[in-house]
Amino acid sequence: MPEMVETSALEVRGVSVTFGGIAALQGVNLDVRPGEVTGLIGPNGAGKTTLFNVISGLQRPDSGEVLLDGRDVTKLGTNRRARLGLARTFQRLELFGSLSARDNVQVGLDARRDKGDLTAQGLLHRVGVSADADRQVSTLPTGEARLVELARALAIDPKLILLDEPCSGLDDNETHLLGNLLRELADEGRGVLLVEHDMSIVLTICDRIFVLDFGELIASGTPAEIRRDPRVQAAYLGTAPDPSEPEA
Amino acid sequence: MTTFLTFTVIGIVSGAVYAIVATGLVVTYTTTGVFNFAHGAVAMFAAFSYWQMTQSWGWNSLLALVVVLFIEAPLLALFVEETYMRRLYGATVVRSLMVSLGLLLILVGLAQAIWPAEQRSLPEFFAGHTVSLFNVVITYHQVIVVIVAILIAIGLRIYLRQVRSGIAMRAVVDDPDLLAMAGASPRRVARSGWILGFFLAALAGILISPELQVQGLDINFLTLLVVNGYAAAIVGRLRNLPWTFAGGIALGLAEAYATGYLPGHIPVNLVSEISVLTPVVFLFVALLVVPSSRLRAVGRLTVATPPRVASLVESIRGSVLFVAIAVGATFVLGGSMIGSVTQGLALGIVALSLILVTGYAGQVSLCQLTFMGIGAFVMSKVASGGASWWGLIIGVLVCAAVGAIVSLPALRLQGLYLALATLAFAQAAYYGFFSNISFIPQGGAVPVGRLSIPGISTSGDKAYMVFVAVAFVLCAIGVLAIRRSVWGRRLVALNDSPAAFATLGMSPQLSKMLVFAASAALAGIGGVLYAGQPLALNANDVQMFASLELVLFVTIFGIRTVTGAALGGLAAALLPLASSHLPWWGTGLTGVAAGVGISLMANVPDGVLGVPWLVRNVRIPGISPRRAPSIEAVQGA
Ligand SMILES: Nc1ncnc2c1ncn2[C@@H]1O[C@H](COP(=O)(O)OP(=O)(O)OP(=O)(O)O)[C@@H](O)[C@H]1O
Ligand SMILES: [Mg+2]
Repeated sequence: MPEMVETSALEVRGVSVTFGGIAALQGVNLDVRPGEVTGLIGPNGAGKTTLFNVISGLQRPDSGEVLLDGRDVTKLGTNRRARLGLARTFQRLELFGSLSARDNVQVGLDARRDKGDLTAQGLLHRVGVSADADRQVSTLPTGEARLVELARALAIDPKLILLDEPCSGLDDNETHLLGNLLRELADEGRGVLLVEHDMSIVLTICDRIFVLDFGELIASGTPAEIRRDPRVQAAYLGTAPDPSEPEA
Repeated sequence: MTTFLTFTVIGIVSGAVYAIVATGLVVTYTTTGVFNFAHGAVAMFAAFSYWQMTQSWGWNSLLALVVVLFIEAPLLALFVEETYMRRLYGATVVRSLMVSLGLLLILVGLAQAIWPAEQRSLPEFFAGHTVSLFNVVITYHQVIVVIVAILIAIGLRIYLRQVRSGIAMRAVVDDPDLLAMAGASPRRVARSGWILGFFLAALAGILISPELQVQGLDINFLTLLVVNGYAAAIVGRLRNLPWTFAGGIALGLAEAYATGYLPGHIPVNLVSEISVLTPVVFLFVALLVVPSSRLRAVGRLTVATPPRVASLVESIRGSVLFVAIAVGATFVLGGSMIGSVTQGLALGIVALSLILVTGYAGQVSLCQLTFMGIGAFVMSKVASGGASWWGLIIGVLVCAAVGAIVSLPALRLQGLYLALATLAFAQAAYYGFFSNISFIPQGGAVPVGRLSIPGISTSGDKAYMVFVAVAFVLCAIGVLAIRRSVWGRRLVALNDSPAAFATLGMSPQLSKMLVFAASAALAGIGGVLYAGQPLALNANDVQMFASLELVLFVTIFGIRTVTGAALGGLAAALLPLASSHLPWWGTGLTGVAAGVGISLMANVPDGVLGVPWLVRNVRIPGISPRRAPSIEAVQGA
């Protein structure tokens, strides 16, 4: 039987970005498969958000390619990529601050050409903020505002969704619920790429994890592999002593 | 050959002044984030002060130079920074533009009041001394201008690279966080930015004034030096000083050669306007070659609650009341007031177009009165001096098309560029078209009739006033309906976060162009009704300054509400009437009023009408209930 070659929902090939001589990303390769939650971790300043910007078309890479569903989109604008099924949230929130939560999501729904059966209220309910649907989003607490952004991203019924630190501002229970939601999204066949500093959730819900450090990909693999990887421990967990090394 | 060299010298000299102007603009913009539209007005004010000291009071010119450049300009800069510019750091493009436009109007208004119109001129430095180079006679003054410009360029380079405070200024541009870490105070850097900017503006004003042999010292001309300045600065993408400098020289040369070589080939009427038109053409060409800016995720959130949008029922109820008041007013008001109020209502429709494009979509347009003029002009042509509904339809379509074309080169760029392009367009349209006798005959007016509905005559002024009031409320109901629609929500979203807007699959450029075209069309309707009142389109009514004043009045009353539009339009029409009844200082009143209003507005984003809201929502620390930190606090944006 011939092997099935499944196209990745997202493929990043050799992406490099420099800011005024400082390399934010250096030849990064990464892929996200449909139906999986993929983690992207790394210390502050590792280049995770920059990579998200490259993928979503907000940052032009110096070199490298971005493929969505096997199609090269490196030259396409942000809105064209969204039309191909890419959605994202922002680490520093980019909500439509003067609109209500419901209207934020509605703008996303209205942007679609094919009207599905999704409603703004339904999406807000799904992420768990339906009670505050009519509040102006700039008055919402951060955690809730992040969830509204997620609901808005889901409004375009994305095939691939990029989440930049969605759990910051959430309490443990909310984080847990969000984790379940992300798994559900993957189970619906979407690709999910998750940037998150909360390691417990990353290690629990991700199928695979990529690790960035100083703009370079230093490891990738299953949560179990990543947990064991000495370079990851050194670069990311930092304090974790390597058991194989005798103490000084 | 000698002719060529002569024009080259002229070009380099004026280019050197433009380079100084542009450098000042860029220094202030990069260090403070505020694009100072009043830069030319500062140059103007300094030149007039210098004239006052040397020509009127007979001071020694060196003393006057020192006083103007090293005392007056820095003090003015500090005053302006302290009183309101400092509240703008990190503010939206709309707000910071409005405030600097307000400053422009204040300075122009003050100058008009202090120096009533008369012929004034400044002598050249070392007048009468010349040198000759390749048979071209060059005055000492010209040599001095070029040397000063070169010294400025070198001096700035050393300052920004070697002097501590200069390095701090550069750091602001490259990385504000880094600056804070290095322990330099951003406020101090911003102050230096303003002082340096004002100093350079003053210097440019004093250097260029003696060269203005034809018009002499002219308030408008000097104020509009800023247009040349930013045309040059765009070559440096508003950041890069060497390129900005090169842009200034290139603009000077382009202007000189255009004056020297074009006359044989273009209509003679345009030639006299070349000095005004060149920078505009230059600006549009520069805009076309500037690489498009990427959308940026900035993490800024609108915090001010937008005014509530009236429902259809409410807007109809309000409209009935409005028209009733208008009808009542026709019984009370006298003849000339009827005319002014009618024009105020028509300006209100133009103001509604600003609500759409600036209030909702956050795109600053400074040429709405130009569209007003175009609408009225098309009506005049189509209906041959009368009025017809076809004329209105065609006028609206032409306005929309022109609006789309004007906005096109700037749409790929950040909001500021659109504002600059529209200002330049307003300039070009006035000097190249409306004040041009080939299009609008001597006397500056074309006949325009009054629209009417079958069975109802609008030939009486009172009837026409009610007619325009009805037209206003219909337009207002329409604008509110747009705001409530899918498209209106989209415009607000675009304003709040262009980056997020694009990540939902919508094109920010396309949306901006559509709203710009729609607002141009609406302004065209206002224009047809406006010109219908005096039965003519007067070229003077569509000057760029008039557009600025309207924008500012609407901003003062609230650029996100239709009530703000009504009051703004009325104020723009009635204030000149008031000032004409005042003594000499009344001339500048409109500008000063608008400017002072704007400086208050710096604290109140929603204008006067927003104040009650503001008061209700003030939170007193320690007393008001504590809540989970809002997004703004967490992001520290
Ligand atoms: N627009 C920019 N201009 C200059 N430097 C930038 C820009 N954006 C990011 N950088 C730099 O690039 C590097 C990577 O930043 P990035 O925001 O991608 O990191 P990150 O992994 O998302 O960090 P965090 O975990 O703090 O969010 C950092 O050194 C940052 O200072
Ligand atoms: Mg980040």
